[in-house]
Amino acid sequence: MNPPEPLHVIKQRREGLLRALVEGVPYIRFLGVEFDRRGDELTAVLPFTDSLIGNPRLPALHGGATAAFLEIAAMMELAWNSLWDGVEADGALPDGPLRLPKTIDFTVDYLRPGLPRDAYARARVNRSGRRYASVHVEAWQDNRARLFAQATGHFLMPPADRKP
Amino acid sequence: MPDTTAIARRFIAALPHSHALGMRLEEIGLGCATIAMPYDPALVGDPATGVIHGGAVSALMDTACGAAVMCHAQAGISTATLDLRIDYMRPATPGQTIRTRAECHHVTRSVAFVRAVATDDDESRPVAMATGAFTVERKE
Repeated sequence: MNPPEPLHVIKQRREGLLRALVEGVPYIRFLGVEFDRRGDELTAVLPFTDSLIGNPRLPALHGGATAAFLEIAAMMELAWNSLWDGVEADGALPDGPLRLPKTIDFTVDYLRPGLPRDAYARARVNRSGRRYASVHVEAWQDNRARLFAQATGHFLMPPADRKP
Repeated sequence: MPDTTAIARRFIAALPHSHALGMRLEEIGLGCATIAMPYDPALVGDPATGVIHGGAVSALMDTACGAAVMCHAQAGISTATLDLRIDYMRPATPGQTIRTRAECHHVTRSVAFVRAVATDDDESRPVAMATGAFTVERKE
């Protein structure tokens, strides 16, 4: 039996995949979305800034900012999920640029106003086929059990990930 | 209706996130609003193609729908999104302004129903469509 892989090698590989997925997307930087990784579990984090406000009188997060945050979290979870096994097996990132899934449709359910503070989101891939995938995502602020928004989206997988 | 127009313009200008995305109100009518979002490399979702991220399109849809609700004849004093579904039909052409026309087609005491279409320079082929339900906040 081979000795276990050194921890720093594993971490470097996984962080490398996450960085390769996230860093190429200007809009993720624009919104300031970050990802917290625990093993293969991703939590998207939206640090609060004034430019995320929609209704300054309440004040509340803009519904559009919430929708965008959820869509980013869903798409990243899907891309991350579809690449994880290959990267773990090969011990390296795939050659060439990483292609992200394309959104077909996205439905956001606003459960309560987004407060002017950090928001978190976790997504779950409910179905991932060769061409289509269905992803559900939940977002919360202070309490994990008190969601302020949730969404479901369908995505078209990039051709490179389509198994023959 | 000069008053509604003035109110709606201020409504958009006062939304920090819409302002951050560079949105501007182009047209407003009873229960209708057209909002444009000029192309900006910071909003790109796919660096390989330069196509704007779906999330930015969602924000534009949400803003246009909210504006359409606010200028409906039976509008309340404020509104918030209850539900918004967006269908992405094709990528917006890089470099072109995305324009959303939203129509608030029905309002009850508590809920406003809206649909919206987003296009780029080729207005015959929509980029995305949205349907949403919004709250109607009334004075007690």
